[in-house]
Amino acid sequence: MALLDKYKPGDFFDEMFSAEGQVRPHYAALFERFQNLDQEEFDARRTAVDAAFLRQGITFTVYSDEQGTERIFPFDLMPRIIPSAEWNKIEAGLIQRMRALNLFLKDLYSCQRILKEKVVPAEDVLSAKHYRPEMVGVPVPKDIYIHICGSDMVRDREGTYFVLEDNGRCPSGVSYLLENRVAMKRAFPNLFSSVGVRPVDHYTQDLLTVLQYIAPPSTKPPTVVLLTPGIYNSAYFEHSFLARQMGIQIVEGQDLVVQDKTVYMRTTKGLEKVNTIYRRLDDDFLDPKVFRKDSILGVPGLVEAYRAGNVSLANAIGTGVADDKVVYKYVPDMIRFYLSEEPILANVPTYLASNPKECEYIISHLEELVVKSANESGGYGMLVGPASTATQRAEFKKLILENPRNFIAQPTLNLSRHPSYMDGHFEGRHVDLRPYILCGEKISIVPGGLTRVALRKGSLVVNSSQGGGSKDTWVLYGDS
Amino acid sequence: MLSRVADSLYWMSRYAERAENIARILDVNLQLMLDLPKLDPKEQKALWGPVLRSTGDHEDFYKHYKETTSENVIDFLTLHSKNSNSIINCITTARENARHVREQISLEMWEEINRAYLWMKNQTLKKIQRQGPYEFFTAVKNASHLFQGITDGTMTHGEDWDFIQVGKYLERADMTTRILDANDEIFIKAPTHTQTGGTLQWSAILRSCSSHDAYRKFYVAQVEPDKVVEFLILNEFFPRSIRFCSQALNDALRRISGCKEEHFTNLAEKLAGRVVAELNYSALEDIKTVGMHQYMDELQIKLNAIGEAIFQTYLFSPPLNIPEHKPEPEFKPEPPQKPTPKQSQTQRIPKAAKVA
Repeated sequence: MALLDKYKPGDFFDEMFSAEGQVRPHYAALFERFQNLDQEEFDARRTAVDAAFLRQGITFTVYSDEQGTERIFPFDLMPRIIPSAEWNKIEAGLIQRMRALNLFLKDLYSCQRILKEKVVPAEDVLSAKHYRPEMVGVPVPKDIYIHICGSDMVRDREGTYFVLEDNGRCPSGVSYLLENRVAMKRAFPNLFSSVGVRPVDHYTQDLLTVLQYIAPPSTKPPTVVLLTPGIYNSAYFEHSFLARQMGIQIVEGQDLVVQDKTVYMRTTKGLEKVNTIYRRLDDDFLDPKVFRKDSILGVPGLVEAYRAGNVSLANAIGTGVADDKVVYKYVPDMIRFYLSEEPILANVPTYLASNPKECEYIISHLEELVVKSANESGGYGMLVGPASTATQRAEFKKLILENPRNFIAQPTLNLSRHPSYMDGHFEGRHVDLRPYILCGEKISIVPGGLTRVALRKGSLVVNSSQGGGSKDTWVLYGDS
Repeated sequence: MLSRVADSLYWMSRYAERAENIARILDVNLQLMLDLPKLDPKEQKALWGPVLRSTGDHEDFYKHYKETTSENVIDFLTLHSKNSNSIINCITTARENARHVREQISLEMWEEINRAYLWMKNQTLKKIQRQGPYEFFTAVKNASHLFQGITDGTMTHGEDWDFIQVGKYLERADMTTRILDANDEIFIKAPTHTQTGGTLQWSAILRSCSSHDAYRKFYVAQVEPDKVVEFLILNEFFPRSIRFCSQALNDALRRISGCKEEHFTNLAEKLAGRVVAELNYSALEDIKTVGMHQYMDELQIKLNAIGEAIFQTYLFSPPLNIPEHKPEPEFKPEPPQKPTPKQSQTQRIPKAAKVA
C-alpha cells in the first residue's frame, strides 16, 4: 500500500490536497515519488537523516532540562511546496512590510511624526517593553534598523496568508532551513531537478553582504563578528553555523572590550578592531552599563561605541518595539502612512486588552480566542482558547486584568495542515511559515523559509520548545 | 585569533590526548595482568596504584571505592562522572571545547569528536567487558588518532593549528613523565615479582607509549629499565619521548610568535627553549645522578610552568578599562589540579534569548 493512500485532509485547508481530495498541481511530482516509496525505504531514509543531524550536532538545547540535553529538531521528510505565483505575492508583501517597519523605527527614534499625527497611538508605542528611549536621536547606519527579520506567516481555513508576527530582534531558525535543504538533497537527490526548486544556499553570503554594507566607513575591509551568548544558548548551533558559513569570528561578550568608544576583540596578537557585530543577544544583555546591570554576556561600553558610530549592530538597538504584539496591530496603518500603499499581506485581526471595550470582548470570548502576551516569543505566555481549561482561562483573565497593556487576543485561526509522517503513515498537521528577510542595500528574501509543524495531534503551537518540528520548504520556479 | 579560541583549541587538544593516554595506560596494565599469576588484593593494589598515581587521581579514587580491583580502576578511569580525568569526561571536555570553536575547526574534526562523544556516552562497564577491554581501549586510541589525523589533514596549518600542537605535545610530555614517575616508585623501591615480572612491567610501560617496537629497533636488545628510561625521556625521534614532545612544543610556540630558534620573545618560549636545551644536552647518567623520581618531578614542574606561561602570554587577557560587570576571566590551572571546564564554564551559562 502506498504511503499516502489512507491520508485524510480533514476539515482544514490542506497544503497538498484540495477539499475534494485532489492533489494540488504543484505537489503532483512529489506525490508520485512518495507514492512509489514503501515504508521500509522511507524509514531507512528518515533514520539516515536523523543520524546525520545528530552526528553533525545539529541540535538545540532544552532549557527546562537540567542535564542540558541536546536534541535534534524533529525533521519531517515530506517537503512543503509553494508555487511561484503564490511566493511572488508573499515576497512583495514582506518587502513592503519591511520597508514600512524600518521607516517606522527611523521615525520613532527621531521626530515621531507618526505619533504626532496620531496615526498610531503614542501610549501604545511608548509603553512597549522594548521601546528604547536611549536610542532617540541616535542615527543608525544607512537608516536601517531591522537587517534580519523572520516573519511568521500562517494560512487560514481558505488558504489566505496572514502575517502573524514580525520577529525583528534576533530571529532564529535559518540554519535549520539551510540544513533541512542539505538533508533533503541527500535523501532525495533526483527529486530536485524534476520538480524545479529554487536554491536557498546563497543566504549566508547575502547576510554577510548586509553586515559589510552597514559597517562604519573605513578604508579597510570591515571586520564582522557574530556575538553569541555562548554554547549553552539554545541557538548556539545556529550561531556557530552562520559564523562558519560566513567565515567570520564568533565572539562572546568576554572576547570584546571597548576602549575610546571603539570595540576590539582580544586576540593572541593583542586587540583587533571590530566594525560590525551581528549580535544574537537581546538588547537587555548587550551592555551592563546601559541595560541590565547583571548581564555578564554583554560588553560594557558597547552602546557608547555604537552611539558614536564606531561600530554597527545588526539588528539595531530598539527594534523590539516593532515586535510588540500591540504595535503589530498598527503595521497596516504604517504601510499606508509611510508608503501610501495598501498592505499586500493581511494582518490577523487583533484585539488590545488595553482598550477597555476590546478588553471586555476578550474576557467574554476567552474560549474562542488566542491570547498572547505582548512580548513573549517561543510560544510562551500564550492561551489557546479552544484548547484551554477553565482554570487556565481564569488564570489568564486575572493576568489580563492586572496588566492589560501586556496582552492581545486574536481569533483562533484554523491553520492550514500538511501531510506529515507519523509512524508508518501520513497525517495532517498544522504548519506555519517563517521567511527570512534581509535588509541591506536592497531587501531580499531567501525563497521559502522555515516551515514549522506542530507534531502533536491537534496542536496549533509550532515552536521547537513546544513539540514542533520542521520541513524543507520548496519554492518552485514555476507553478506546477 | 581570539584568545578564547586559542584557549579552547589548546584544551580541546590536551583533553583528547589525555583520553588517549589514559586508555593506553589501562590497556597495557590489563594485558600485563594476563602474564602474571593470579593476584591477591594486595598485589592488585600494588599493580594499579601506580596507574592511579600517574593520572593524579589517587586520592579521589579512594573516596569512591574501597578496593583497588581492576574493575574499579577501569570504572573510575573510564566512566566515572565525578572523575574529571575519566576517559568519558576527557572526551566530553574535548568536545565541549570543540563546540566552543566549531566554526574554527574543520567540519570533519567536529564530526569525529562529536561521534566519539556520542559513542562514549553510550558505554557502560558491562558493555566494555562484553566487547573486551582491549577492543574498547583500541577504539579510544583510534578515535584520538583519527581526530589528530583529521586535524592535520583538514585544517589550515596556521596559528590555530599550532595551538592544537602546543596542547597535544605538552599533554603528551606530561603524561610520559607521569607514567615513568609512578612506575619508578613501584619498581625501584618495591619490586613485586620476580626479575621476569620486572621486565614484563617495563615492557608494559613501553607498550603504553606505543614504543615497544621502536625501542627494540633502536637498541636491538632486551628490555632494560635504564634503556627504557633513556628511550622515553631522551630519544630524539620517537614521537612520544619527552625530548621529542618538548622540541615539537617549542617549534609550535616559535611558529606562533615568529621568533627564531635560540631566541625568545616571551616567557613560554624561554622556558620551553630551556627544557629542550637541557634534554638535548643530557644523558642517562645525569638523570640517575639526580634520581629518577626527582628528575621527573622537576620536569613536571617545568612543563607546568610552560603551560602557565602560555596561558599568561596568549590565553588570558587581563581586564582593560571599565569592566565593573565583567566576570572574572576564566582561569584554568594546570594539572595535577586538573581543570574541569564544566566548572569554569558555568559562568558562561546565558540567561538570554529564547528561540522563537
